[in-house]
Amino acid sequence: MDRQKFVHPLMTRRNLLRGAGAGSLGLMPVPAWAQAVVDFHVPGGPSTRPMTTAYPQKGPMVLQRSSPPWLETPFEVFDKGVFTPNDQHYVSWHWATFPNEIDVDPFRLSVRGHVNQALSLSLKDILNGLPRVELAAVSQCAGASRLYVQPRVAGAQWANGSMSNALWTGVRLKDVLDRAGVKSGARAVRFGGLDEAVMPGAPKFLKSLDVDHARDGEVMIAFAMNGEQLPLLNGFPLKLVVPGWCAVYWIKMLNDIEVLDKPDDSYWTVTGYRIPDTPHATVTPGQTGYRLVPVTRILPRSFVTNIRSGDTIKAGVPTTARGISFGGNCGVARVDLSIDGGKSWQPTQLGKDEGKYGFRQWQTQVTMPSIGSQSIMVRCTNTNNETQPNFPVWNPAGYMFNTIETTHVVAA
Amino acid sequence: MMLRYLLPAPVYLGAMLLSGASLASPITALESPRADIPSSDLTFPSGPGSEQINSNCLTCHSADHVLNQPSLSKEAWEEVVTKMIRAYKAPVNADDAEKIVEYLAATKGSP
Repeated sequence: MDRQKFVHPLMTRRNLLRGAGAGSLGLMPVPAWAQAVVDFHVPGGPSTRPMTTAYPQKGPMVLQRSSPPWLETPFEVFDKGVFTPNDQHYVSWHWATFPNEIDVDPFRLSVRGHVNQALSLSLKDILNGLPRVELAAVSQCAGASRLYVQPRVAGAQWANGSMSNALWTGVRLKDVLDRAGVKSGARAVRFGGLDEAVMPGAPKFLKSLDVDHARDGEVMIAFAMNGEQLPLLNGFPLKLVVPGWCAVYWIKMLNDIEVLDKPDDSYWTVTGYRIPDTPHATVTPGQTGYRLVPVTRILPRSFVTNIRSGDTIKAGVPTTARGISFGGNCGVARVDLSIDGGKSWQPTQLGKDEGKYGFRQWQTQVTMPSIGSQSIMVRCTNTNNETQPNFPVWNPAGYMFNTIETTHVVAA
Repeated sequence: MMLRYLLPAPVYLGAMLLSGASLASPITALESPRADIPSSDLTFPSGPGSEQINSNCLTCHSADHVLNQPSLSKEAWEEVVTKMIRAYKAPVNADDAEKIVEYLAATKGSP
């Protein structure tokens, strides 16, 4: 399937907006979707973002940042099924310096450091020389939903679309490490990709895992998602998949694996991506005296996908409500729904289990008792019996938000 | 939240086909991709300090990165600019840094 032909040629945001204006004058026909803007209705800053189709191998995406790209999955995509289409899988880069073309033949993945035998693996070695595994897993940014934290904080202003689920195909990291032979005394495994810091001396984007985690047999090196090679912007040709952990660990364009005999002391592990070591990573603004720890796993979340805030639904008759959920680093045990502000909860029916790390659909019938403003809340409990909190998660960097979602509707 | 747009038919068809992704034949080789990554020529609206923010800040990221940020206190903007200089090695001199903070506090300060 040739996705490229659906993609506009190089088009800057300004050109796109200018094009939209010209279209309204009849000078240049512009399809309706090119003019679309999404409004997240948040106070305290700009609440609208343009939609874009200007990025290669990507369909309509919410433009959070042009460069380096932050492209958010439009929320309505999540109502279509549990696997996010590759051309709408969200995109996030730290540095703008990464290749826009990759020659498959000379590409090598190096495995080095505290190992018996350093490796330089070609893509053929990886595709044909190692056992193949498949796993459904949600990739979610540590700063997902930062747009909704109050008070607002600096950072990528993601709404709820910096998450996507795919069926990943690849090889076990463990098998690759075993082939190199990890020496005793190894502490951590550090991963790097083809992206480079823009400014001299700025920290290259690297993340690491403890050696036992790296060898757990679940962490994988993916070369395909949903049965196709990775889109360039999602990390072609190889991406580290760390099931149940924040996407910051899912290194894109992975080309370097370094086994360390001491803890990783690089910037992105020691300084970046820190949360308070408090319940639900939550503190009050201005609070001091807490310890900071790295973000690691993702937490349970659930969303209504077929009814959106502002929608009108009929009072007194059953309406289908459905959505998606995920358990984080384990499966979904149940999703409950409340139409009385969280005083009482009704169970929902879970859809097919495509794997404990993936999205799980839920569905139920709701009947709004009376006309007027109403709310629908959904709450996921995972198989470790962790439940989404009913209070606002807040920390200075806006990480790990997983407060129970509320959809505001009008019953008529 | 009420986004309405028309999906081009081929993209919609693509999404439908993907739902049967696991039925696709197994991948045996990868194809070299080549793609234009869009850049942005958006600049900061003029005002005191716009020259400094436009000349210092657009090397690493586009202006929409900043323009989409919420309103923040001057202290919070100072923290952001300091992080860009100390952690990410933005080569901004002290005078420019001060003007950039003032620009941000004036255009995107606390409500």
